[in-house]
Amino acid sequence: MKHTKSLPKPSADVAGDAGHVDHPPRVGFFTDTSVCIGCKACEVACKEWNLVPDDGFDLLGMSMDNTGSLGASTWRHVAFVEQPVPLGAQTSGLAGLPTGTSAGTAAAEVVASRLRAAERGGGELGTSPLEVPEVPEDLGMPTFQRPGDGTGAESRTDFRWLMSSDVCKHCTHAGCLDVCPTGALFRTEFGTVVVQQDICNGCGYCVSGCPYGVIDRGVVDGRAHKCTLCYDRLHDGLEPACAKACPTDSIQFGELDELRERAANRVDQLHERGVTEARLYGADPDDGVGGTGAFFLLLDDPEVYGLPPDPVVPTRDAPAMWKAAGAAGAAFLTAGVAAFLGTRR
Amino acid sequence: MGSNMAEAHPVGFQWVMEAKARGTRVFHVDPRFSRTSAVANVHVPLRAGSDLAFLGGVINYILSNELDFREYVVAYTNAAHLIREDFRDTEDLDGLFSGYDPETATYDPETWHYEGADPTGSSPGQEAPAEAKQHARGDTHGAAGPTLDGVLGKMASDPTLQHPRCVYQVLKRHFARYTPEMVEEVCGTPREQFLELCEAWTANSGRERTSALVYSVGWTQHSVGSQYIRAGSIIQLLLGNIGRPGGGILALRGHASIQGSTDVPTLFNLLPGYLAMPSSVSHPDLESYLESICGGENQKGFWCNANAYMVSLLKEYWGKRATPENDFCYDYLPRISGDHGTYRTLMDMIDGKVSGYFLIGQNPAVGSAHGRLQRLGMANLDWVVVRDLAMIESASFWKDAPEIETGEIVTEKCRTEVFFFPAASHVEKEGSFTQTQRMLQWRDKAVEPTGDQRSDLWFYYHLGRRIRERLAESSDDRDRPILDLAWDYEVHGDEPSAEDVLKHISGRDLTTGRLVDGYMDLKADGTTSCGCWIYSGVYAGGVNKAARRTSRLDQDETALEWGWAWPYNRRVLYNRASADPQGRPWSERKALIWWDPDRGEWTGHDVPDFEQKKPPDYVPPPGSSGVQALSGDDPFIMQADGKGWLFAPRGLVDGPIPTHYEPHESPVRNPLYPQQGNPTRMVYGRRDNPSNPSPPEAHSDVFPYVLTASRLTEHHTAGAMSRALPYLAELQPALTVEVSPELAAERGLTHLGWAHVITSRAAIEARVMVTDRMAPLRVQGRTLHQIWLPFHWGTVGLVTGDAFNDLLGLFLDSNVFIQESKVATCDIQPGRRPRGHELLDYIRGYRERAGITTDTGTHVATGSGVAHVEEELPS
Repeated sequence: MKHTKSLPKPSADVAGDAGHVDHPPRVGFFTDTSVCIGCKACEVACKEWNLVPDDGFDLLGMSMDNTGSLGASTWRHVAFVEQPVPLGAQTSGLAGLPTGTSAGTAAAEVVASRLRAAERGGGELGTSPLEVPEVPEDLGMPTFQRPGDGTGAESRTDFRWLMSSDVCKHCTHAGCLDVCPTGALFRTEFGTVVVQQDICNGCGYCVSGCPYGVIDRGVVDGRAHKCTLCYDRLHDGLEPACAKACPTDSIQFGELDELRERAANRVDQLHERGVTEARLYGADPDDGVGGTGAFFLLLDDPEVYGLPPDPVVPTRDAPAMWKAAGAAGAAFLTAGVAAFLGTRR
Repeated sequence: MGSNMAEAHPVGFQWVMEAKARGTRVFHVDPRFSRTSAVANVHVPLRAGSDLAFLGGVINYILSNELDFREYVVAYTNAAHLIREDFRDTEDLDGLFSGYDPETATYDPETWHYEGADPTGSSPGQEAPAEAKQHARGDTHGAAGPTLDGVLGKMASDPTLQHPRCVYQVLKRHFARYTPEMVEEVCGTPREQFLELCEAWTANSGRERTSALVYSVGWTQHSVGSQYIRAGSIIQLLLGNIGRPGGGILALRGHASIQGSTDVPTLFNLLPGYLAMPSSVSHPDLESYLESICGGENQKGFWCNANAYMVSLLKEYWGKRATPENDFCYDYLPRISGDHGTYRTLMDMIDGKVSGYFLIGQNPAVGSAHGRLQRLGMANLDWVVVRDLAMIESASFWKDAPEIETGEIVTEKCRTEVFFFPAASHVEKEGSFTQTQRMLQWRDKAVEPTGDQRSDLWFYYHLGRRIRERLAESSDDRDRPILDLAWDYEVHGDEPSAEDVLKHISGRDLTTGRLVDGYMDLKADGTTSCGCWIYSGVYAGGVNKAARRTSRLDQDETALEWGWAWPYNRRVLYNRASADPQGRPWSERKALIWWDPDRGEWTGHDVPDFEQKKPPDYVPPPGSSGVQALSGDDPFIMQADGKGWLFAPRGLVDGPIPTHYEPHESPVRNPLYPQQGNPTRMVYGRRDNPSNPSPPEAHSDVFPYVLTASRLTEHHTAGAMSRALPYLAELQPALTVEVSPELAAERGLTHLGWAHVITSRAAIEARVMVTDRMAPLRVQGRTLHQIWLPFHWGTVGLVTGDAFNDLLGLFLDSNVFIQESKVATCDIQPGRRPRGHELLDYIRGYRERAGITTDTGTHVATGSGVAHVEEELPS
């Protein structure tokens, strides 16, 4: 389907389009997940700086992730993915041991079953306890086998543990911004997208306007919250708190053009070293959101990390839809007028 | 190896990731696939407690394939030295070296010496082996090697390394049976993986390349821990990786200043700078003490100047009162008369021999091995002083210890009075941290402490002041050491100046008042003072060098202008070894320091760890000793013979060459020797310190699994600094136990369900994490399961849980008295643990089934019939 009639393709100068004159260059994050060590310093630094509240002390059983997902009280979220799958240029050392079936799917199923049974069907992930029945229920999990019992086909062959720090993407074409009726969401002079709680009326349009499920309403105040890319720190010439705290430079902050160039070089370097899975996510200005201000180097498909594979800003089709609606309206009007005129005849 | 660096040292790990980005290959050898493994190139699994068999396998691989850096090994190590004819190896004596005494579980190291060394034996003041063991004298080697008599002049040696009694050949025979097959058998590591590591390590070492070895408490906290590190050192010496850039054996220390707390020590057996605490038996006066540490006039090296370091320390303590006439107040120093380590002290609390306890940044109720004993010990004191950032279990045990539930502690009857003092945090006080690289880094105070919070410096300064005021009128001689202390620190308001304390530590010339440039300026005649000789020079020229913060972008990679590293700001110890015997860099790529013949001095990127003007071809004149006796190509200037020790003739309690012994508690028999465990380990055989049985003892199958533990990034040690903070508590909200899917099936454990782990000491409960990161190993033909827990939980805080350390007993490395807390045996069962009296009955049931008595595990020499048990005190 061609979208020639969609909103004009966003210009590279998002801040200029928003009316900022003599603005600084657009900035963003390049999150290189290949060097993430899962320390969660970004989550803590973000909460400390932005006074984001904790969201409950709940063991989720999702590897080492106990905050679940991005939300009103989690603006940086580190995903942990354990899989019986090899990783390029790595020897996990676990293949060849007397191991049976992998635990990954079974463990994930335990968590998933809790979520399905939960009141909000997963909406509470990371914010309220997932109840565990004292007597284990039958989850239809694959039967565990003793070592050596397997025929080989069901034995583990390898293992990888992926970690990735997720954050608001600060889209070029930001759905949340498009749909906000109050002007609480705005495009800053740095090209980032920020929500002002004192203007937000809690309508929640932005929540459905985000193709990544990032922005969320707070449980207490009902208003929208998300990463500001530390707007206040940018004003003072400081890098955002998460990037500052990241010990391995997995989170890199800088001018977007420069970051994209750096990221492309990094992908080339990893490919040369045999990490052929390395790819960028969100770095393409021609994708469904016009490219993101916060983009990622991933080691597998985005779905593996819980990211949408082909995000499209929901408002992309709004002009076409409005046009169709307008045409329909005009047709009705024409018909009505015709009918009226007809009766006159 | 023995390090989960990405999780436990994430900030330091940035440099590993930077090296990896530049093409370095990272190997992680660990029982468990951790966050470090996740970003390593290769993860190599092994059984917890089998590291020495693994390392021995690497040594054997190097020696049997002659892959050592031969020029380096011949010139800089003791490989060519001949060992005495009467030395017997573990190959000859079923796993023991010559000189073993089963009654004291001690070696007489006489036969471990070089051939041709002075046969008269020890110099005055040397402690007998059994006494030295009780004093954990291994701790004194933190800055220098042990004394070694009779090694001046030409030693019997064979530079071709062919003589059957040369160290090289002795090593080769000792490790000959540590084959890849044996490694697979003992460690459970598939041999292809082991060989991949050996090939990478040796290929990346030599003239053009170097490899670094990193370890942490995963190595030290074993009953053979010191020998793990020795084994690592032997590999690095054989491959020429010591004293060279990108090489080394790097110990990652625990807290921010754990290195500092051994340099300026908090240990019972050390004075600052690794000077030994004097013994009540062997060191009656300063002369005998100095003889014992300097080694008299018959050995080489800078340790021979220890008299200057010691006298300057006494001058710092007692100022003008310290005179040559009164041995510089040497008699004011306390003496040690045996084992007064932290665990012995704990048992003395239980036995009613100790009345008070200071806890500073320490939470033994949760953070020390055998938690139940720790709490019962504290409940038997008159008083405990706790200084901490938050209320901790060691301050509240009298009302919320798990023993309240079992009735072992009754709040109303608990006699201990607890004094809790809120402490200022690291941002509320100034001072220095000494980190892993021996580097002092200064911190300024960012905010004022609130309420009653005070710095440790404030607390001790005023405690000392008040005690001195209280004693001012005393005429009792025993009060003189306190009343005569100089105690002359600058005070701003009521806060002592940390910078002034650092000046005292750095040292002064007392004749001019000038701050000294370094320990070469220190004198033994009482004209200098210095609080810690290795730190001497940190305030040279009146500049706080620990506070230097020149960006790494504005200086070269050695970064000499960032902070200050002891000694003399040298960043790579023994860096003379980075140049060949003629003083030229081994390769341009790996140049660090070199001899500049035109200027007649050593120069380069680092501060030379060698006398600046001593040429490489210097040969000591006959009859010289000490520093003069070091040749121009003796890089190991703190060793008594100037060489790197592949074979340690002195200094270790448990043998001159590392040997694989099974952990104190192991499910398997030692396949290499009839001797099962470390024959010198400390076992404290008491009813309240039971051992799980290990082969050849019966019933080891009652505790069939290997237990290991470590840290999570999200929490800090015993949890006082993290479980009280919501942003950290939410990241790891509960104690979990990690098991493999296979073990989960074997024991019926469900993901996120409860399970409890049992040893002969305790049972603790945790939520189950079934994960592929734990994998069973095949060891000696059977499938061996390991389980893992983090150790951060306790009864106080936003998130609480059982304490891992309750599972452990007290079984120590005999060199340094570190507990074996990285490996034990256990059982695991689904569901929560019993509570109250039922819990005690439950654990007793396990002990009875395993046939555990006080004797169990105390026959440290396998088959000797000698049990190392303590007399029962009348209760």
